[in-house]
Amino acid sequence: MGADVTAETGWVGRSLPRVEDAALLRGAGRYIDDLGTPAGTLHAAILRSPHGHAAIEAIELAAARAAPGVVAVLAGAEIAALTASLVVGVKAPMECWPIAIDRVRYMGEPVAVAVARDRYLAEDALDLIEVRYRPLPAVTDPLAALADDAPVLHPTLGGNLASDRRFSYGEPDAAFAEAAVKISVETRYPRNACTPIETYGVVAEYDPGLDAYDVLANFQGPFSLHAVMARALKVPGNRLRLRTPPESGGSFGVKQGVFAYVVLIAAAARTAGAPVKWVEDRLEHLAASVCATNRVTRLDAAVSAEGKILALAWDQIEDCGAHLRAPEPATLYRMHGNMTGAYDIRHVSIRNRVVLTNKMPTGLNRGFGGPQVYFPLERLVQQIAVQLGIDPLEVIRRNLVPADAFPYRTATGAILDSGDYRAATDAALRQGGHAELVARRAQARAEGRLYGIGYAAVVEPSVSNMGYITAVLTPAERRRAGPKNGAQATATIALDPLGSVSLHVASAPQGQGHRTVLAQVAADVLGLRPQDIRVITEIDTARDAWSIASGNYSSRFAPAVAGAAHLAATRLRERLARIAAAQLNVPADEVVFAERRVRARDNPDNSLPFARLAAASHWAPGTLPADAEAVIRETVFWTPPELTAPTEADEVNSSLCHGFIFDICAVEVDRVTAEVRIDRYVTMHDCGRVLHPGMVAGQVTGGFAHALGAALYEEHAYGPDGSFLSGTLADYLVPTAMEVPEPVILHHETVSPFTPLGAKGVGEGNCMSTPVCVANAVADALGLADVTLPLLPARLAEHLFAAETSPPDRPARPVAKPGERQLFGEGSATVEAPREKIWAMLLDPDTLAAVVPGAHGIEKLSPTNFRADVTLGIGPVKGRYRAEISLSDLRPPKAVTLTGGAEGGLGFGRGTGHVTLTEEAPGRTVVAYCYEAAIGGKVASIGGRLLDGAARVVIGQFFQALATQAGGGRRGGFFAWLRSLLPWGG
Amino acid sequence: MPRLSAGQRHRVSFSLNGRPVAGEAEPRLLLSDFLRGVLGATGTHVGCEHGVCGACTVQIDGVPARACLTLAVQAEGADIRTVEGLAPAPGRLSVLQESFREHHALQCGFCTPGILMSLDAFLRQRPDASEAELRYMLSGHLCRCTGYVPIMRAALAARDRLREEPNA
Amino acid sequence: MKPAPFDYVRASDGAEVLDVLHRQGADARILAGGQSLLPMLNMRLARPAVLVDIMHVPSLQSIADDGTALRIGAAVRQAELEARPDLARRQKLLAAALPWIGHAQTRSRGTVCGSVAHADPSAELPLLLVALGGTVHLRSRRRHRAVEAGAFFTGMMATDRADDELIEAVSIPTARPGAGYAFREIGRRHGDFAIVACAAVVENGRARLGIGGVADRPVAQDMPGPDDEALDEALDAFAWALEARDDLHATARYRRELVRRLGRATIEEAARCRA
Repeated sequence: MGADVTAETGWVGRSLPRVEDAALLRGAGRYIDDLGTPAGTLHAAILRSPHGHAAIEAIELAAARAAPGVVAVLAGAEIAALTASLVVGVKAPMECWPIAIDRVRYMGEPVAVAVARDRYLAEDALDLIEVRYRPLPAVTDPLAALADDAPVLHPTLGGNLASDRRFSYGEPDAAFAEAAVKISVETRYPRNACTPIETYGVVAEYDPGLDAYDVLANFQGPFSLHAVMARALKVPGNRLRLRTPPESGGSFGVKQGVFAYVVLIAAAARTAGAPVKWVEDRLEHLAASVCATNRVTRLDAAVSAEGKILALAWDQIEDCGAHLRAPEPATLYRMHGNMTGAYDIRHVSIRNRVVLTNKMPTGLNRGFGGPQVYFPLERLVQQIAVQLGIDPLEVIRRNLVPADAFPYRTATGAILDSGDYRAATDAALRQGGHAELVARRAQARAEGRLYGIGYAAVVEPSVSNMGYITAVLTPAERRRAGPKNGAQATATIALDPLGSVSLHVASAPQGQGHRTVLAQVAADVLGLRPQDIRVITEIDTARDAWSIASGNYSSRFAPAVAGAAHLAATRLRERLARIAAAQLNVPADEVVFAERRVRARDNPDNSLPFARLAAASHWAPGTLPADAEAVIRETVFWTPPELTAPTEADEVNSSLCHGFIFDICAVEVDRVTAEVRIDRYVTMHDCGRVLHPGMVAGQVTGGFAHALGAALYEEHAYGPDGSFLSGTLADYLVPTAMEVPEPVILHHETVSPFTPLGAKGVGEGNCMSTPVCVANAVADALGLADVTLPLLPARLAEHLFAAETSPPDRPARPVAKPGERQLFGEGSATVEAPREKIWAMLLDPDTLAAVVPGAHGIEKLSPTNFRADVTLGIGPVKGRYRAEISLSDLRPPKAVTLTGGAEGGLGFGRGTGHVTLTEEAPGRTVVAYCYEAAIGGKVASIGGRLLDGAARVVIGQFFQALATQAGGGRRGGFFAWLRSLLPWGG
Repeated sequence: MPRLSAGQRHRVSFSLNGRPVAGEAEPRLLLSDFLRGVLGATGTHVGCEHGVCGACTVQIDGVPARACLTLAVQAEGADIRTVEGLAPAPGRLSVLQESFREHHALQCGFCTPGILMSLDAFLRQRPDASEAELRYMLSGHLCRCTGYVPIMRAALAARDRLREEPNA
Repeated sequence: MKPAPFDYVRASDGAEVLDVLHRQGADARILAGGQSLLPMLNMRLARPAVLVDIMHVPSLQSIADDGTALRIGAAVRQAELEARPDLARRQKLLAAALPWIGHAQTRSRGTVCGSVAHADPSAELPLLLVALGGTVHLRSRRRHRAVEAGAFFTGMMATDRADDELIEAVSIPTARPGAGYAFREIGRRHGDFAIVACAAVVENGRARLGIGGVADRPVAQDMPGPDDEALDEALDAFAWALEARDDLHATARYRRELVRRLGRATIEEAARCRA
């Protein structure tokens, strides 16, 4: 492969300024929303479900279709007529559509698409679509979803368990039977996402003559999902041309999720008969793009008295949300070869279950499966130390894979390519000032402060084996489906008639500076300067060389894509050398490429310009030597032989390369506020050969910031009714410059023997190591056995604050259960009126009309059913709602149950109240009531901070009003209560 | 000024990067959409449309502000500066821009224009800003790529260089 | 995420503003800095028929210091106030609280009166106004009136303002010699809505403590001084009386505890800072 070309003096390994930056810094980047669109392009907006789980009983599109500037409005039925279900990655009887067909399964799920002249008009049209939902019970907790009586999302599946596989490697049972101790942890890893600042975008066009789609999307593929999209659109692969814009505003995996919208918008374009553009807004992104899986894990370890881990038993329950959308359940299997982490553990059992819940479908997200595995594993290592009374560093050292074992085959099948984990760990402790931190901890504790130190040792896999996901299938199912493996990387290098060099790769960068690094790689090979190489990284599936692994994910750029580019450039050079040999009159292996010239090795004066040689095949093919073909373009496909298909024993080499990370985190927890302050964070990386130190540092600091967000701030939170609660960037909390400290970054380089350049991935590691390292530090500071992310001060405070004295006596008030969206209340009042009169009021629509605030007339549907249009608002927040009230369990004149509901563009409210009337004395009635009410929808996800408070205000007002009016014997107060059932309570 | 009615487009004119510009806007059109969609100045990016992420930050009459929380009609007669106006000449970058490039203070570059507009205004207003003040200013922006470390370095380096050569 | 349609009036004098409010009442919204209103418009939470832009009304642009209070007109931006050189001396609490409001990039546009009109229970300026006993000046075609801040905020985003009234100005009492002032706030991140915000004034051995972010509106209460052993009990009663609630970011329990702990710390700091 020519070790000579990557000499120490080369471009690779230097932090050159990025070629990308000049345009980006001037505002001249070309992101999807900056590119011109074909004349006549229309704009789409998407109506989304306000419910976590509901049947769609009716959907009325006529008014929206008639609105100004509207060209098409499509709901599930229209999309289903044009497309097929997205392929689901497990053998299970279920479908996966990009839009709700007859049922919504998560809040934010698309329900209809409006296509209009501009985005403003398209959103106006959405306001005119009337959907009648029948709410269904929701399930948001993965364990609850497995219960026999849990609400079922996909009736065809019969339950919510989409996959259940057990694996055994070595002899775990024997190891557990013989072990000195068994130590366990149970963890819940939360949902979060890396939320790129640029949202999804799609521009789609359909050519009916060719039955072909042309789609521009800020996707990071084509990846294996091109096939999924083409099948959903019911066209062969060559009739789906997928292009990506030159620039993408970050992804971190998340942009993978745009593929479902590609199908949706392509179908809309076909219906509209014009190109259609859709740019996702931030509320859509937070509620309905993709996020990482949340996972419930029980991890048992068989441990020797000295802290050596002999066996692991994993029980993982993976929550993929409402649909199993490709490539899921890949998050669960990406780490399958690495379930022993950085440790030498020979016996492992694994049970992997995949469940569905009423939450956003999951997908790629930086770290992909790593944080979910390392959180329990590294919490376990700390617990082993605590329970055995050993220094956690000793437990880590005693279990690390020893340096002489590489390449090391893990129990579950991965080949750890290279490393010296103990040396890297020791260097981190030394260079990271660990001794000083230990002294600080002692000092702080002596002063009564809460200071802790945590560690994490992880293996960072990169370059995914396209076959790992098939481990979700049984060996028999795999035999039937045929083997899948490898990780095809491609690169094309071309010479133009002026002898300049272009390099095309299917890497679809999203900010990682691929063009800069590839220019450095090719420049070294060809003896040119980086600025002599033009690198094209955007993808066009109709023109470029690509395969199912093509794209930007699993940290494959440096090890695989840059490697393929290196191979392509090398092959081109070798062929050019043959032509040069004839011209310079020396053997080909004595031709040297340097300083933009081609020279005879032993006679530098015998040379010619590179450009002249490079142009030769264009201008004078007839003059080429007989043994040399024309050299114009060279395409390389490279897949590493190590990435074999899963074995019959379910061993999987899930990734090609394995970096190593050892992190140290020192924190102080504030005694008053329970806020976590990071005193120092040290992160040691072995990412193989560093191609561009500046970019590697950027990957580490960037990944660290994401991980810090996951540890301390970020969560996609849901209420038990399926309400999505973190719907704005004021609720989904992304760390700012104030929150992110500068980590100490260290390197210990061991070159990967499996990649052309010796590089390994580096971008995801801190997302795997940092969340648990921070958790370990906080656990150490507070002496906790259980910690859950994100580390909310309010949650940590429970361990700090002394028991609270009970409150002074206060009147009963409605309260929301902690963390739940249900409001409960009860009370009673005495009314100066006979019982029969109050009873009559209850059933009288005129009375209702007079007292329900904002009512535009009340319609009596039956003696016990009423419907009203009401306008309600608090402050500037106003909305119109369709309210329905029904009376049941009538026991005149003693008791009645009222059930009310209201639904409108801003959300919905539902409630049930039980009312009893007792005649205390003639003409005096005691009205007693208890109720529960729930509020959800848009207001819950974007106004959650204010919502419970707003509802409580109204309920409080009701109690006041009732007391006042009861005293006066006037009617009306009772009906004010109805307000409390409505969104914002009125 | 007469009432501008909903659903109709009205002429809006202001100064953009020192040059007079004009276009048509409904009252409800956001300044961010006006800059990008009507005037074609796509350097100002849209990230959240509720004022949190900072990607759309521009300078309105010299102070940084969110274009997504401003109506185009509010900008009538104003002096607007965007990232396209930062470079002193074609082919040259400002000290701040150059410092970002040197320190790898951007990756995907999507949040960068907003950050540059904030820092440009702040460093002019407070040439002696401390690291803490710069960090505080920066907290009005979300960046998901860099972890802020290189941005802080670039901001400090730009401050120092501007102090040495204020007219650079 | 685009606003629903509305008319726009750029008012050039106060009468024009009051005319629109008089005619359209609740269907009209005042557009000042827009930093609270625009997100609601973009999310279509608010759908006014007309926006009245008051930022070009000269009479609303003034800041006047009459020695006892700073009167801040409706078109005065938060950043203008922040830039006043004598703020740290004349308006100690305001100077301490302003940096906590959003970010520099929103204070550049956001107005003082706009924040008061919005009446977010976690917002700093309403808290400050209530803690200091400030005044809200309201004007309509019918009348002009001044409302004590404590009576102005009536609930979650609800105020005493009638639909035809404009908040013309607010008056914030000037710092008194011998009094100490302090402001503290805990949010998840800097610039976030307060989980608990405390504003304290200590004078003549007595304290006044305002709390934001806990009840449905900012609430201020007179308290024993920092050296009075009754303070803890008073803080505890205050913490319970505010009827804290759980939300995504904090529990009711945490809020109560912060009222006690942070409330005390703020009062102590105010006592230390007495001029």
